Amino acid sequence: MTMPCPECDAAVPLDERTVVGEVVPCPDCGADLEVTALQPPVLVLAPPEEEDWGE
Amino acid sequence: MSDPRVAMLVSRVRVEEKLILAAFSARGVAVEVVDVRHLLVDTHADTPRWDVVLDRCLQQSHALAVLQLLESRGVITVNQHRAVANCADKVVTTALLAAAGVPVPRTVVAFSVEGGLKAVETVGYPAVIKPPVGSWGRLLARVNDRDAAEALLDHKATLGSPAHHVYYVQEHVAKPGRDIRAFVAGGEVICAVDRLSEHWITNTARGASTRNRPVSAAIADVALRAAGAVGGGLLAVDLLEDGKRLLVSEVNHSMEFRNSEAVTGVDIAGRIVEYTLAHVRDQVGGRVGQAASDGVLAGLSG
Repeated sequence: MTMPCPECDAAVPLDERTVVGEVVPCPDCGADLEVTALQPPVLVLAPPEEEDWGE
Repeated sequence: MSDPRVAMLVSRVRVEEKLILAAFSARGVAVEVVDVRHLLVDTHADTPRWDVVLDRCLQQSHALAVLQLLESRGVITVNQHRAVANCADKVVTTALLAAAGVPVPRTVVAFSVEGGLKAVETVGYPAVIKPPVGSWGRLLARVNDRDAAEALLDHKATLGSPAHHVYYVQEHVAKPGRDIRAFVAGGEVICAVDRLSEHWITNTARGASTRNRPVSAAIADVALRAAGAVGGGLLAVDLLEDGKRLLVSEVNHSMEFRNSEAVTGVDIAGRIVEYTLAHVRDQVGGRVGQAASDGVLAGLSG
């Protein structure tokens, strides 16, 4: 299955292992896209990193 | 004992979270994934939801708030708020490590640009200036001379966050092109990796590669002492080799491990799950899932 990238409209592949909350990169423009729903799939631009994220 | 009601707190579902979910599933344990952005904690509601919450939240400020709220109502958390708070701020971490006799690089903390300059000249050039709160190796700076120190401290003084106005200055350790990350689960170092980079910053988020590092007695000793000093739990202890000494540079409370499972051959996600489930058993014994936990998880909606 593919969904259109909200940034560049390229086809972004999703598979059966994709879960809500996952961030997938657009293969064309490289934008980080967050999967916010699966039934049906919804892709939105992922929020930018915050100062205190990750390690 | 009935199965614990497990939640995993997330900001995003990264590779690590998917591996952890798969590890729970492989053990037949259902997990509710809770996106912190959709979580409300109402102190006056009274519907129990979970017995244990595994924190995998990216944002430290969110994790600290949620963990404190949960613990104040008796919820079991992994890691505990105390450990997360102790790891989230490098000033706190270093103070605790030093007080416990765990070897750390010489560190001088200052609270003004002038003080920062004195701190740099106290540890000597090159010196390393780190933000007390931050991650992925961002905003770390190695300063080689007074001109660079003055410029950097002036720039930090203009940054908006008050955290940047605490000047955490450390001696530069001439490590041999790598540092060591030791993964701790409770009282055991489950594996370790070398993080290799030609750059002086050796975070994998900054392009460092990993290879297996056998857990020597010295690595295990320092890593476990460091973990104990901050409160224990599931922790990744970063070590610098200074000749024959091992110095602890930081302790991470929500470890990333996607680049470490394959090289070590250790199922880190599985070990995280096993630690979490064992921790529940240790903490609550037979009361899990029983009436005794009523009220414990009051007022949570995710």
